[in-house]
Amino acid sequence: MSEAKNDGTIAITVEFSGGLEMLFSNERKLSLTIPGKDENGAKTNIAFLVRHLCNTVMKDPRKELFVLDDTVRPGILVLINDADWELEGEDKYEIEEGDNILFVSTLHGG
Amino acid sequence: MAPSLCAQCKTNRALILRPKDHTKLCRACFLTTFETEIHHTITATSLFTRGERIAIGASGGKDSTVLASVLKTLNERYDYGLDLILLSIDEGIKGYRDDSLETVKRNAEQYGMDLCILGYDELYGWTMDQVVDQVGKKGNCTYCGVFRRQALDRGAARLGVKHVVTGHNADDVAETVLMNLLRGDLPRLSRTTSIVTSTPSLTAGPASNTNIKRSKPLKYAYEKEIVLYAHHKNLDYFSTECIYSPEAFRGSARALIKNLERVRPSAILDVVRSGEDMAKLVPGSDEGCGGVCSSSVPAGEEEEGGCGSANGRSAGGEMASMEQQLSQNETAAENGLEVEITPSTSSKIKKTAAPLPLTVGKSRKVPKAGHASRREPKKQVMGQCKKCGYLSSQEICKACVLLEGLNKNRPKNHIEVGYEQEKEIDGVAEAVKELDIGAG
Ligand SMILES: [Zn+2]
Ligand SMILES: [Zn+2]
Repeated sequence: MSEAKNDGTIAITVEFSGGLEMLFSNERKLSLTIPGKDENGAKTNIAFLVRHLCNTVMKDPRKELFVLDDTVRPGILVLINDADWELEGEDKYEIEEGDNILFVSTLHGG
Repeated sequence: MAPSLCAQCKTNRALILRPKDHTKLCRACFLTTFETEIHHTITATSLFTRGERIAIGASGGKDSTVLASVLKTLNERYDYGLDLILLSIDEGIKGYRDDSLETVKRNAEQYGMDLCILGYDELYGWTMDQVVDQVGKKGNCTYCGVFRRQALDRGAARLGVKHVVTGHNADDVAETVLMNLLRGDLPRLSRTTSIVTSTPSLTAGPASNTNIKRSKPLKYAYEKEIVLYAHHKNLDYFSTECIYSPEAFRGSARALIKNLERVRPSAILDVVRSGEDMAKLVPGSDEGCGGVCSSSVPAGEEEEGGCGSANGRSAGGEMASMEQQLSQNETAAENGLEVEITPSTSSKIKKTAAPLPLTVGKSRKVPKAGHASRREPKKQVMGQCKKCGYLSSQEICKACVLLEGLNKNRPKNHIEVGYEQEKEIDGVAEAVKELDIGAG
């Protein structure tokens, strides 16, 4: 995967499913451009993305349904390019240009 | 981080980390492994018989969608010879089921299965919207839950199907085990942990006096893997939240389970296994085998999550007072079977009653009265509702009691063959007894 673009941003795709989309204005798929570096100048990782989603994308006030104790709420699966985030370093995974990050809730009923 | 390879084929990139044993699998190996494990559960418990007609309780949600897909796959792969149909319940909440029923309709087409949708109005004479109009938003979850617990059985009886499978998964079972532990309700463990439960069907109707068998083939499947299966197999499912208040207690148990899973993924199956082991130790649970042996365990007034989780105990004052009134009839209920056997119906009823732990029989040990906890006798005496025939620890099951209250207050022109309006619940049993004898 290529490095961050000249302006220091990276373009990624973020998807929500399993009912999680309801917390994000019913958007199932977002094309986002996010900073390549976090607040401390380190490479942007999933933890940063989650904060970013919470602070700037999520309109629903029920943040605790997405984030708990500064990480993705237990019961929400994170797939990085279709792979379990546990296989990729969980929230320390450093995001690359073109990555697809999927958040799937297992907490919603049917 | 270098991508890890699949532990099974050692060729493809691993995408899945299995919660139960940390195995890393690729997409194809995961799908096959998941299916094969369900197949093993099915064969190890002799869950199905060849030629059996099975209704899949289908909500359009992830669990029942995955169940339908896997059963279709296994039925073809291993030639089970099953006749699979989808059975959906429509609570009659305007708009609430629209999308999920659309999903079920698509599933029926995708899987080539027949679909039957039955409404609360058909099963009970009331839609949930009508219930809410009458009792208000508060407390209606009780009605929804009590009705839902019986809906699949009533629906199956209508269809003449004797076996209903539901999508309850390992997380659901673990959650229920914890809830029963936290409530000190060990006698209920066997009913919630066994893979097969059965309930007597309605005594009236085409399938009268036949047991409806209920089972949960996904009992050992992690919710995480169910969701991943749906994702990697591109299944079409629908997610929603109950629009009425969820039960806080169940929610807390769920959160606890998910937190445990994050720290130690095997915890979920460990809780399920612990529940099974404890169930074996509970006197009178009629459960010596974790549900694997052929003697099934009555489901009773139990199970169902979501909105249907509104369990009498925690669903607030209304149900509590209802239970209080019912408990006054408890003694009568314990003798209910005797009362019920009238000459004209005795043979049939005996047949139905036989597999149920109604009496002190077989290997069951009932503690002496002096040693028994306050609650035990009530739990262990399961009879049939005298009105609808559904398994119940009371003379009249909760659904019929609730219906009775609803029908009593219904505008006059809607009242069915009436009981006297002034009569309180105590009087219902009498009135029903008369009706039963008259009908029998
Ligand atoms: Zn593989
Ligand atoms: Zn009843």
